[in-house]
Amino acid sequence: MKISLKVNGKKYTREVETNKNLLHFIREDLGLTGTKEGCGAGECGACTIIMNGKTVNSCLILAVEANGCEIETIEGEAKNGKLSKLQKAFHENHAVQCGFCTPGMILSARALLEKNAKPTVEQIKEAIEGNFCRCTGYQQIIEAVQDASGQLKKKEGLKRA
Amino acid sequence: MPVVGKSVPRKDAWDKVQGKARYVDDYSFSDILYATTVRSELAYARLNGIDTARALSMPGVKAVLTHVDVQGKNAVPLVFEDEPFLAQDYLRFHGEPVALVIAESYEEALAAAALVKVDAEPLKPVLSIREAIAENAPKIYKDDNCFSRYNIKKGDAETAMKKARHIFEREYETPYQEHAYLETNGVIAVPGLEDSMAVYGTMQCPFYVHDAVAQAIGIDRNKVRIVQTTTGGGFGGKEDFPSVVAGQAAIAAKLTGRPVKLVYKREEDIIASSKRHPGLIKMKIGTDERGKIVAAIIDYYIDGGAYSTLTPIVLWRGTVHALGPYECQDILIKSYGVATNKVPCGAYRGFGSPQVIFAGESIIDEIADELKIDPLEIRRLNGYKVGSSTATSQIIDQSCGLMETIDRAAAKADWKSKWQAPSSKKGSTRTGLGISTVYYGVGLGAGGKHLDRVATSMTIMKDGSVHCAIGNVEMGQGARTVLAQIAADALGASYEMVNVVETDTALVPDSGPTVASRTTFMSGNSLMIAAAELRPRLLHVAKDMLGETRDEDVELIDGWAFSKRNANGQRIHFKELAQKLYAYRLMPSAFGWYIAPDSSYDKDTGQGNAYFVYSYCTNIAEVEVDMETGEFQVKRITCAHDMGKAINPQQVEGQIEGGTLQGMGYATMEEIRHDANGKMLNNAFATYILPTTEDTPVIDPIIVEHAYDRGPYGAKGFGEVPLMGIAPAIANAVYNATGKRIRILPIKPEKILGLE
Repeated sequence: MKISLKVNGKKYTREVETNKNLLHFIREDLGLTGTKEGCGAGECGACTIIMNGKTVNSCLILAVEANGCEIETIEGEAKNGKLSKLQKAFHENHAVQCGFCTPGMILSARALLEKNAKPTVEQIKEAIEGNFCRCTGYQQIIEAVQDASGQLKKKEGLKRA
Repeated sequence: MPVVGKSVPRKDAWDKVQGKARYVDDYSFSDILYATTVRSELAYARLNGIDTARALSMPGVKAVLTHVDVQGKNAVPLVFEDEPFLAQDYLRFHGEPVALVIAESYEEALAAAALVKVDAEPLKPVLSIREAIAENAPKIYKDDNCFSRYNIKKGDAETAMKKARHIFEREYETPYQEHAYLETNGVIAVPGLEDSMAVYGTMQCPFYVHDAVAQAIGIDRNKVRIVQTTTGGGFGGKEDFPSVVAGQAAIAAKLTGRPVKLVYKREEDIIASSKRHPGLIKMKIGTDERGKIVAAIIDYYIDGGAYSTLTPIVLWRGTVHALGPYECQDILIKSYGVATNKVPCGAYRGFGSPQVIFAGESIIDEIADELKIDPLEIRRLNGYKVGSSTATSQIIDQSCGLMETIDRAAAKADWKSKWQAPSSKKGSTRTGLGISTVYYGVGLGAGGKHLDRVATSMTIMKDGSVHCAIGNVEMGQGARTVLAQIAADALGASYEMVNVVETDTALVPDSGPTVASRTTFMSGNSLMIAAAELRPRLLHVAKDMLGETRDEDVELIDGWAFSKRNANGQRIHFKELAQKLYAYRLMPSAFGWYIAPDSSYDKDTGQGNAYFVYSYCTNIAEVEVDMETGEFQVKRITCAHDMGKAINPQQVEGQIEGGTLQGMGYATMEEIRHDANGKMLNNAFATYILPTTEDTPVIDPIIVEHAYDRGPYGAKGFGEVPLMGIAPAIANAVYNATGKRIRILPIKPEKILGLE
């Protein structure tokens, strides 16, 4: 089936098998490999993307369901080679270890900040609850989101609150 | 030191925050084939035959491999070589690889895999430690179901036990733990010219994989090249298992002559890859009237699963650490790594220690409770200080920060004013404090000393940038960053100019595995050796450029050379030094080859200097328990760690926080379940429960630095330690709150209520 959709502001029209999920379509057909498969079952959040303004697990959606939709992936986060505030905050606060959860994590955080410019720690935790990270223990990620929203007192992070 | 000790940003974070880092599944090759695995449905069976005909006739299918197609030796080269790349004669666990289907697309491979018919005759499986060691147990491995055993005999524990004022005897059990690295196992094997084979993949131990590929397809090692791709977490889970995956993919690539991608789905990764060994620990501790330990007799069993993989060395580390960081003159430890018909267990952060630490740190808490001693004081009384003698009679001669970790954690957690005996707790919501203290031998120790070596190469490029190749890998822990910091300061370059590249077996010789919290120490020292060789050459050219006559009058630091004598402000940039170095035709490269400080172990008595140095930590957990439902929350964990020197404090905190949460998962929610026939029941993230942000307590890391004089800038190594003592700290806190002692992990509300 032929589908048309916008990804990171760019329009794509592609022929796609009806049983292909959106994650594999984005990775294989569009070549945007920043979105990761961690479980293929909607449990880990590594494949999180933003679709029509809402975060979704792209492994749980068929590519054909995305026909006519606007999608944002990690590749659209930096603009003209400049890191976004969130990306910078992840970079500076050591919110990245193995990095496999990072793209999905950043998109979940971004969806939060678009709705709520100054989230509390509890709100941040809730927004990224569906994104597993096995490396960091989440603290430095939460600190990064606090930092990106102008709420982190340097050297006075969550752990010392 | 311009960068050592500073929290510089990670080298790899820039790409990772943009989704640009390339993990194995992000790579492709033009004529690539896809593989999937046909697995045993049975826990134990005689394999009579494999019918591949129907699968082979399916569209897109290029080959279906079974054990008869293995070109080399059908044995994964780890310790004993008892595990086949593809099952032969017997099926020994549910999920064991039996055949590999290779097709033009993954979907075609998957469809054909369902048509491979495995003809097997079921046998009665052995499914637990207790079954395996029972007197009339069916024998599934040699004549005793035992892969390996060790003894530690220090003094005369039996006699000392008789003289003890108090004797405490308890049994503890610990479950499986799945690593749950976010990126599953996977490789791409690419056949090359002249029968060579390259393998790209996610892994901790490229040199194990190098051995495995050479053995699987029967070619010389100089024709094998292993390139580690950006690795999405390991935690021990990518120590032994990638050897299996890479060996299989190489067999397929050699057979088909085309690149083969074999990347696991989550369900098969959990069902087939190694786990933390379940443990059974029987502790008998004798003390004097003050709670001083005078005798210890410990039996330690681990469930190795169907093949030995790394069980012998996992068991060895656990055996050495079985009593914990406590002085005692009379000790008898016996340990057993047993075989069962379940998934083979291997390395997992802590490597045989978290099991015995749970037991040891629980029983010392039980002793304190019965003798009415503050749990913190009993650890001060018995814990290691400089001069203490370990279970293997090693004298701790330096770098022992255990007491300071206790003091600092206790101060931060406000132990003195907050801790109260369980008997004083009232009400339906109760809080509790629990403590654990841990020591950990850094590196492979005497049990693996022949592998405890690391190579690095360091090259000053013509533009002054510095290229370092290392034999240990970056798997998310931050090795490339920390090692760049060490290399920069040791050489006198700036941090920004140093690039430590991902591991490639074509760049450095076999450097052993990336395990045992050894990378900062081993590769750090190796880079310092290389830097020490190059630095005099740079000083030599700098001397001429600065108009000095003696090399020793020149300083080189943070990318600039200047005269020590003449403070005229003249300085020369590293780039100019590099250009002159090449113009002088001086060798711009050096190799570092570092071998670990010596260690020893007597296999009859278990005595010797087991590890060259130890790291230490104290954890204090604070819990809140609802006495009616048994529901509990871990509110805060304070963790004080002595790692010698924090090369990058922010990364150290990240390791502490991440390891602590993994330890909390182990303590409170993670376990693998099997049915009565040995089928694994929860090989998915929906059923294997992991900690999320909502479970995360406040984790309060404290850095304690008792420098080790042979470490790079005093560093020891500690990546595993944050996980290791969390379970007993939480169990002790739960006891402190409720008076209910949990001796079988994980801690669950049902157990607190006494229902399970």
